[in-house]
Amino acid sequence: MAETVLETEGLTMRFGGVTAVDGVSLKVRARELRCLIGPNGAGKSTCFKCLCGLLKPTEGHVFLRGEETTGWDPHRIAAMGVGIKMQVSSVMDGLSVQENIWMAARRHNDTGAATAKAEEVIDRLALGPIARTDLGRLAHGERQRVELGLVMAQDPWLVLLDEPAAGMTGEEVTRMAEIIHEMTRSAAVVVVEHDMQFIRSLASTVTVFHRGRVLVEDHVDRVMADPVVRDVYLGKQA
Amino acid sequence: MAMTTGRSAARDTGVVVILGALLVLGLPLVADTNMLTLLVIYGMLALSLGLIWGFGGILCFGQAAFFGLGAYTFAIAGINIGESTLPLVLSVLVPAAVAALLGAFMFYGRLGDVYLAVITLVFSLILFRWLNTTAGPAYVIGNARLGGFNGIPGFPLLNVPGYPRWELWGDPLYYVAAVALLVVFLLVSWLLRSSFGRIAIGIRENEERVSLLGYDIRARKTVLFAIGAGIAGLAGALFAAWAEVVTPSLFSLQQSAEIIIWCIVGGLGTRFGPVLGAAVVTSVKITLGGQAMLDNMLVLGLILVLFVLFLPRGIAPELARLWAWAIGGNRKPVRRRAPRGGVADG
Ligand SMILES: Nc1ncnc2c1ncn2[C@@H]1O[C@H](COP(=O)(O)OP(=O)(O)OP(=O)(O)O)[C@@H](O)[C@H]1O
Ligand SMILES: [Mg+2]
Repeated sequence: MAETVLETEGLTMRFGGVTAVDGVSLKVRARELRCLIGPNGAGKSTCFKCLCGLLKPTEGHVFLRGEETTGWDPHRIAAMGVGIKMQVSSVMDGLSVQENIWMAARRHNDTGAATAKAEEVIDRLALGPIARTDLGRLAHGERQRVELGLVMAQDPWLVLLDEPAAGMTGEEVTRMAEIIHEMTRSAAVVVVEHDMQFIRSLASTVTVFHRGRVLVEDHVDRVMADPVVRDVYLGKQA
Repeated sequence: MAMTTGRSAARDTGVVVILGALLVLGLPLVADTNMLTLLVIYGMLALSLGLIWGFGGILCFGQAAFFGLGAYTFAIAGINIGESTLPLVLSVLVPAAVAALLGAFMFYGRLGDVYLAVITLVFSLILFRWLNTTAGPAYVIGNARLGGFNGIPGFPLLNVPGYPRWELWGDPLYYVAAVALLVVFLLVSWLLRSSFGRIAIGIRENEERVSLLGYDIRARKTVLFAIGAGIAGLAGALFAAWAEVVTPSLFSLQQSAEIIIWCIVGGLGTRFGPVLGAAVVTSVKITLGGQAMLDNMLVLGLILVLFVLFLPRGIAPELARLWAWAIGGNRKPVRRRAPRGGVADG
């Protein structure tokens, strides 16, 4: 069994009276691909924010590669080698694609190596034609791709992607799935998604969130067949 | 559009040096050097805020505090030491150190932009109020009396390093100040091309994203804030050498407000804009100062409102557009979108 790179113990996040994440215990191993699904408001994004330090959990613990990182600042967690893409697209709008990706690469490389790394990621994601364009001028799908590029350029061993395929066209989604698979050669990848088609194409272990708790955790095919999950998703596309 | 390659960096430096030298040598032919010295000093002060605000996204409402600290440091250290070389160095270091402390407090305390503006403003007003109360003989630092609202006169002026008797004033002071501005301008350009500068621009664009890339934005903002304060402090020292007296009015609200107006009028997010803005606004102010019809502050306010409404990106980007159009021949001037493109300006 590969080493555990991400572990949470009884992770809980409350906002006033709302318990968004309620005693979640997760374990993700090196180079594993894990999908998190669940209806709107299930607490997936909140859980993500606790993992990457944007929120300090009310209770519970987070361990990354065996080290307790509960309550650490985001930059320390990211600097360990964790690549993060939040649900709401977040990039440096006034800067070019190249400059954005260079900045991600620069964290663990000197200037020259970062430039080369950015070049490589731009090629890999076929961003060449828009490399000099400011992010603010790009279409939604392109921005998503650039954000993936930021994550790739960091050479992470743990990748957290919150709805990376949202708002993308069918072709773009297929490409995204390919890229995610490729990432698992060097990193454990945790993906939050709603698109069942996409999740099936990733064919991985799925953790289902419901009202802040983990409902089931199993292979995607068995999860999809589970009547409880279908019930939770009633009215959704499952 | 950041100038990343060595060639474009060398070209940029060449253009700045040549244009700068032409201006330094040419301007005295058309204007009085005494006034030009003041414009140069204010230009440097504007550049200090232009750096941290326009490129670092740090809106400091109390940049005058570091200007004043630099001036007072120069005067006080000069009286105690008897010449100006070490005081000049201290007038950069003292404001930078104070800003590092204040910045660490603000950035590590995660204060929002509004609180940052308020705290920097209050900080400069506290110094202003306090210095006004230091009239008595009890308020001395070494041999220097702080002198309350009258300030400190009679400190050693700028001298040639190692030769306290060779004091620089008049035309020589203008050339020293102008060359200092050119050097600071080149250093700022270099800083903005460096990794530190490029990441600072990233922080301006999206703080959270940059921290999620693994950068400690608190430390970086603190350092940038201190650099800006050091530049403001140098401007303060030159101002002291020019005015031959330092008074608490250096720390006044009006002084802080004017620096912000210079940056907006000249063009935020450009290097040249704030310098130009300081020169234009100060010239207008001096011209109007000769008459009593219009209140100065009213005119400055009016200029600010007109710019915010009709030329929100400031003068420099429009000049750059005209320039590109002029050398591009028949190509039409293209209006670029946001006022925030890397370091691409004149
Ligand atoms: N900052 C906050 N303050 C208060 N409540 C919040 C906050 N952030 C999230 N919540 C609440 O926590 C719950 C979980 O939200 P979260 O965004 O984690 O859900 P999600 O599973 O990501 O949903 P979606 O699929 O729509 O993205 C929701 O009820 C939400 O309203
Ligand atoms: Mg979400």
